[in-house]
Amino acid sequence: MANVTLRNVRKTYTGGFEAIKGVNVDVADGQFCVLVGPSGCGKSTLLRMVAGLETVTGGEIDIGGRVVNQIEPADRDIAMVFQNYALYPHMSVYNNMAYGLRNRGMAETEVKSRVEEAARVLELTSMLERKPRQLSGGQRQRVAMGRAIVRQPKVFLFDEPLSNLDAKLRIAMRVEIRKLQRRLNTTSIYVTHDQLEAMTLADVLVVMNGGQVEQVGNPLAIYEKPATTFVASFIGAPPMNLMSTRADEIKSQLNGAATEAGILGIRPEDFVITDQTPAGGVALPLTVEAIERVGAETFIYGSREQEEQRVAATPGELPPGEVIVRIPGTEAPAIGARIRVAAIRPKLHLFSGDGRTRLEA
Amino acid sequence: MQKQAIFQSKLLPYALVAPQLAIVLIFFYWPALQAVIQSFLLQDAFGLSSTFVWFENYIELFKDPAYFEAIVRTFFFSFAIAVSSLSFALLLAVMADKPLRGSMLYRTLLIWPYAVAPPVVGVLWIFMLHPSLGVLSRYLRGMGVDWNPLLDGDQAAALIILAAAWKQISYNFLFFLAGLQAIPKSVFEAAAIDGARPMRRFWTVTFPLLSPTIFFLLVVNIVYAFFDTFGIIDTMTRGGPGTSTVTLVYKVYSDGLLGGNLGSSAAQSVILMVMVIVLTGIQFRFVERKVTY
Repeated sequence: MANVTLRNVRKTYTGGFEAIKGVNVDVADGQFCVLVGPSGCGKSTLLRMVAGLETVTGGEIDIGGRVVNQIEPADRDIAMVFQNYALYPHMSVYNNMAYGLRNRGMAETEVKSRVEEAARVLELTSMLERKPRQLSGGQRQRVAMGRAIVRQPKVFLFDEPLSNLDAKLRIAMRVEIRKLQRRLNTTSIYVTHDQLEAMTLADVLVVMNGGQVEQVGNPLAIYEKPATTFVASFIGAPPMNLMSTRADEIKSQLNGAATEAGILGIRPEDFVITDQTPAGGVALPLTVEAIERVGAETFIYGSREQEEQRVAATPGELPPGEVIVRIPGTEAPAIGARIRVAAIRPKLHLFSGDGRTRLEA
Repeated sequence: MQKQAIFQSKLLPYALVAPQLAIVLIFFYWPALQAVIQSFLLQDAFGLSSTFVWFENYIELFKDPAYFEAIVRTFFFSFAIAVSSLSFALLLAVMADKPLRGSMLYRTLLIWPYAVAPPVVGVLWIFMLHPSLGVLSRYLRGMGVDWNPLLDGDQAAALIILAAAWKQISYNFLFFLAGLQAIPKSVFEAAAIDGARPMRRFWTVTFPLLSPTIFFLLVVNIVYAFFDTFGIIDTMTRGGPGTSTVTLVYKVYSDGLLGGNLGSSAAQSVILMVMVIVLTGIQFRFVERKVTY
């Protein structure tokens, strides 16, 4: 059992490229920390630095009160689950799990009892003699998990472990990983680019972008109060609608401190179709351009009257002037219809013009 | 998609394969047949007439202690060349696999020796290790080694093995490097996290995962040592001193072309032919089985 602390951790490659630009994260003992961000944001590099597979060029990585910057991966008392599972193809499932224990000189009887216990937990008992190539993707994933848990390490590291599985299995394994982690109560760091995986797994969510931490915190707190426009559009699907407050139709509806803001954000689910304008809120006329019905909910893609340049460069970018509205059920206006949507004041997110600061109204 | 070509004329496909067949027939089957026929004939001392003697050439051969010596010597050479060349190439490949600067450059340099023809290899090594001309010979003698491969059979054998193994290192290196790069890096990383030190990692992960490559190269190297070392032996020692570097292939040449005993020489080449067929058979069976671990 251990906490993991990153203090101003940096990674600069020899060419001068700065992959990690000073990251501070504190993961308490037994917590499940998820690093999330778009590809290339440095989240995997950061995880590999914790594992000891990449050198640290600045700052300190502390595992259980010990600075591990100069310590070999083997001596950090961590276990890692890789994206491609990295099973030893020439070893049976049993030997894959036993390898790490034998390397540490554990007695064969103890090895056997630990491997069999892990196999029982992960429902691999009938496959212990098989080679990895005789297993399905989900089974391989479980072997990789088994290899991590038999060691009973201080920290689990997961590098996008579910991204090679199909959608259905991914959800099932996600729940399994969370249940297992809660039962073992082992500190875990999990890397993913899937914001849904991040939201559902994390005790602590770390949103990264361009080698920097954008926001750290409880997933729901981040969802409710994103600190930057990047976080606002990355966390939540479909992404938050971000609009410039310079547009006249919006500017005229804002008052007080809100007039200072450069960017207004409203989540698709916070809109309602209505003719009224809530006090202090924002109402927008839209023309319906597309409808997506997914059963329990419907997404309306509408265009604003006024074309405007979108303000922040964000993942999941919409064409300028487009607004997504989420409504429950399958009832929806016809394509081409003109509707009016509104959001109440507490549901407005205000950001500075560069998108880097959240403003509280 | 139509995979089989359809020909209007029945003759055209035969005409198309004919050049290839002609080459194989003229340059392989016909000489092979000639060798088999020759191996049943006995020449007189002047090469003026020959008699059909059935298997007498073979029987004589297997009674001849010199032939057995050549067999043992050939196996020893092959084993020594294959093992030394494979292990050194593997060592180089493991080191070259690291992501270092200029890796393309030294990988290319390591591959170059393969482009050198065997007789040239022989000459190169003579320049280095000839007792009176050799650059390295001086240092060896300076260190108190009585270096003279022209008189000492064991030293001559060592010289042949050294040159032949050196020549083959690049080829083996290339295959080992490709084999290493086919193994996902994360497998090594997993082993490192699993507490395996570099040496243990090599023997428990790298080596078993390279075993298909190793086996393939072992067969290729044995075939090479059996047959392609002729050029090296001929330029460096001509089988001498005495018969200490006469391998089976060199004996075919020296008995037949130098000794004039064409019948025996033909019988020897038939035996070699059988050996290479067996080795190739092993290799084919192996290559067909794709996954071996």
